[in-house]
Amino acid sequence: MTGMAEDAVPRLAPGVRLKFDQARECWVVLAPERVVMPDETALEILRRCDGETSLGAIIDALAADYEAPRETIAADVQELMGELTRNGILRP
Amino acid sequence: MSERLAPPLAVLAELTHRCPLQCAYCSNPLQLVAARQELSTETWMRVIDEAAALGALQIHFSGGEPAVRRDLEQLIRHARAAGLYSNLITSGLALDRSRLAALAEAGLDHVQLSFQDADAATAERIAHVRGAQDRKLEFARWVREAGLPLTVNAVVHRQNLDRLPAMIELALTVGAGRIEIAHVQYYGWALLNRRALMPTRAQLEAATQIAEEARQRLAGRLVIDYVPPDYYAQRPKACMGGWGRQFINITPDGHALPCHAAETITDLEFDRVTDRPLAEIWASSYAFQRFRGTAWMPEPCQSCDRREIDWGGCRCQALAITGRADRTDPACALSTDHAIITRLAEADAAAQTTAFAYRRMKARDEMLPQSAATPAIGDITPK
Repeated sequence: MTGMAEDAVPRLAPGVRLKFDQARECWVVLAPERVVMPDETALEILRRCDGETSLGAIIDALAADYEAPRETIAADVQELMGELTRNGILRP
Repeated sequence: MSERLAPPLAVLAELTHRCPLQCAYCSNPLQLVAARQELSTETWMRVIDEAAALGALQIHFSGGEPAVRRDLEQLIRHARAAGLYSNLITSGLALDRSRLAALAEAGLDHVQLSFQDADAATAERIAHVRGAQDRKLEFARWVREAGLPLTVNAVVHRQNLDRLPAMIELALTVGAGRIEIAHVQYYGWALLNRRALMPTRAQLEAATQIAEEARQRLAGRLVIDYVPPDYYAQRPKACMGGWGRQFINITPDGHALPCHAAETITDLEFDRVTDRPLAEIWASSYAFQRFRGTAWMPEPCQSCDRREIDWGGCRCQALAITGRADRTDPACALSTDHAIITRLAEADAAAQTTAFAYRRMKARDEMLPQSAATPAIGDITPK
């Protein structure tokens, strides 16, 4: 699997919103006929997909925040990117 | 119940039963609500506020055709202000370009546009509206032009299933990001027309394979949601994600229902949003509690390890097929009524008829043609 290019700028797909839900006290992804409650890792990534930050920069930031080897983070992020793109939540 | 009751995820706001289409599988009840009985703008706005306060995250503006209501812009704007994600479920025949742009401007998040078939002539025969296909295609262009994300809704059945690949192509052509391929569910109008709609098992198997193949091939371009039919199933679907667990359906005259077909269960009384606050209806109305959770379940559901996966399937279907809403959903192979549903499917799939009893706003017995007035169970009795 080659994954997404690191200079790509991932963003929420049209019709997708990320918001904090007061009633459930958690972040939710609102998409066409779907509500997804992202886990902690997915949320960390989604919050950085602001339409300006490149994938490479997102990986750098996460590697710094978690003090983890960049390759490990990159592999995890690529896997999640693939999943989130396939199910229409993110757009590269 | 010790578990805290979770709030609903979404409200289905059926603003009206008026519709330019007359699809023979319409999910609206046989007895349609007249325009003069519809809720006022003020009441809908209050309901939207109550839904948001209760914890609903999405609102689906549906119908009928929701755009025949002149206050649609206002309701969308109100929903957006209340923090709800708003979705318009439309025929595409009641909005012009400028009004659609106004809906987008009001904060609409997403549009679901129905297509009855990829073939125009059949599509227009199914919806009973001449010239509908071209107008829908034009509407889809306006949706994209307004910058709104689009889902194509494709309800499939015996008379259009063979063109499923073309329908998937159509979704790509009109720039949809998603297609919802939903087999007809047999309640209300669809139950009345079941002999003209029921697919053959071979058609179903081909369709499932086509959808699966397309999902792989189009990953990242088109999201494909596929709703399989119950009649050929081995296990029931988690209807509405479970009774009174995720959704509130509100009818044009304000009845709050756990699903759009719930009024077929005539021994349940449904509260109206004009009489009680939505939060109270959700938490403590008899109708919402009647089949919520697992305590109501008969055997073999009660001791089944899937009871919190499918939540006992569909109550309206249990009623339609067995005559009792509290029996095991006959779609389940473990139901003693399962043989009935299989035989009904096979018998109806073999029917040669293509004639429809179209959805119309008329008194119920006026519109029943002799041929379609077959009772749900027909002459098949359980052995």
